[in-house]
Amino acid sequence: MSDAIDKSMICEVLGSIAPEADFAALSGSEDLRDALDLDSMDFLNFIIALHERTRIEIPEADYSKLRTLNDIAAYLARRQC
Amino acid sequence: MTDFLMPALGADMEAGMLVEWLVKPGDRIKRGDIVAVVETQKGAIEVETFAEGIVSELVVPIGTKVPVGSLLARIGEAAGEEPPAPHPIAAVLPPPIAPITSPVLPTGAAPIAAVHRAKVSPAARGRATELGIDATTLSGTGVEGAVTVADVETAARTIAVPAAAPARRKALDAAEMRKAIAAAMGRSKREIPHYYLTHTVELGASLSWLEAANAAQPVPKRLILAVLLLKAAALALRDVPQLNGTFVNGAFCPGEGIHIGWAISLRGGGLVAPAVLETDKRSLSELMSEMRGLVQRARAGGLRSSELASPTVTVTSLGERGAEAVMGIIYPPQVALIGFGMVVTRPWVVGSRIEPRPVVTVSLAADHRASDGHTGALLLNAIEQLLQNPEKL
Repeated sequence: MSDAIDKSMICEVLGSIAPEADFAALSGSEDLRDALDLDSMDFLNFIIALHERTRIEIPEADYSKLRTLNDIAAYLARRQC
Repeated sequence: MTDFLMPALGADMEAGMLVEWLVKPGDRIKRGDIVAVVETQKGAIEVETFAEGIVSELVVPIGTKVPVGSLLARIGEAAGEEPPAPHPIAAVLPPPIAPITSPVLPTGAAPIAAVHRAKVSPAARGRATELGIDATTLSGTGVEGAVTVADVETAARTIAVPAAAPARRKALDAAEMRKAIAAAMGRSKREIPHYYLTHTVELGASLSWLEAANAAQPVPKRLILAVLLLKAAALALRDVPQLNGTFVNGAFCPGEGIHIGWAISLRGGGLVAPAVLETDKRSLSELMSEMRGLVQRARAGGLRSSELASPTVTVTSLGERGAEAVMGIIYPPQVALIGFGMVVTRPWVVGSRIEPRPVVTVSLAADHRASDGHTGALLLNAIEQLLQNPEKL
């Protein structure tokens, strides 16, 4: 795994979905779907991109645990082990 | 007599839809005038003419899509002019020196510049005319913000290094797209006698099926609910073909195939509805990858003209963060728009009990010139039935 799992990596992945977003203004506890106006297609594309980047399988049942940057970083770190 | 033709606005353009005439028969036009707005996959394009004279006939009515090179209008010469050019002159792109709305302001400020008419000194006005610049759109540095000769010359230098592609041809020009939407929707509301139906559909079976199907799939192969909704709409249209097609020249013209235009909202505003060709014949996984591709290309400005070539019906799905129901506006010349609201949990009567169930409001906006409410109700009921048996989709 060459990429460190941190918020800047996640933001980079999000940037491919929402290129106009201002990630500097995004707090770690904001709901990403609301903050970045992601629809279900955007969110799926985000999960796919995260999967491609980290090779971590993310079951659909876990989507609800992936609301914020903090959630996602913690989730991926946990799943990586 | 000169022919005004559908221009080729890019190598990949095969056709364009005329969405607005800015002239009418009898109008005198001169070189550089904007004559029509043509909608292409790259947004709305204002088309100028190099021909001069009097518009004698608008051949192509608004809303008509024609191939590149098709005759759009005839332009006659004004009295006393030279004989006409021996060969047709195609409409041309705006020349680089054409007045640009806001040459010296940041792009984002353009709409403001357009409404704010600056003071212009007489000398500056004269110089602007020489240089072919609309001085009233410039920001002035003179007294009380008046535009000076220096401002005009600065602007001219800015314009003199023109972008090879005029701003209007940018993939996602929100203002141009808004114009196109306004033209199409305005026409729809003027011409089409809409009727509306809504139907609440219980989605428990579809959502359970989707969850189970996705659990067995790796991330890139998972489906979203919108795919099931799209397929259900497509299959229902097989049963109710009166709602799949176009209304042209006073008559309903059934669609050759079911090509659903899927409404995609663009980040930053705007909407496109490219066709998912032969929607009813595709598997769910094919539709999923097709829809993913469409969203990505719609947002990046890479839609193909075949996808924009007249879908036979439109489907809009408001998604997870939308509203409960949509009363759509039909995209002319189509005759129907099917809308799916946000899935919500509501009390639902099952037998003699009330249970919380996921439901969606399915709506139909349809053209009363082509069908009646009874036909529309058949479609909504067919969609409901299909969504109760998602394994058959």
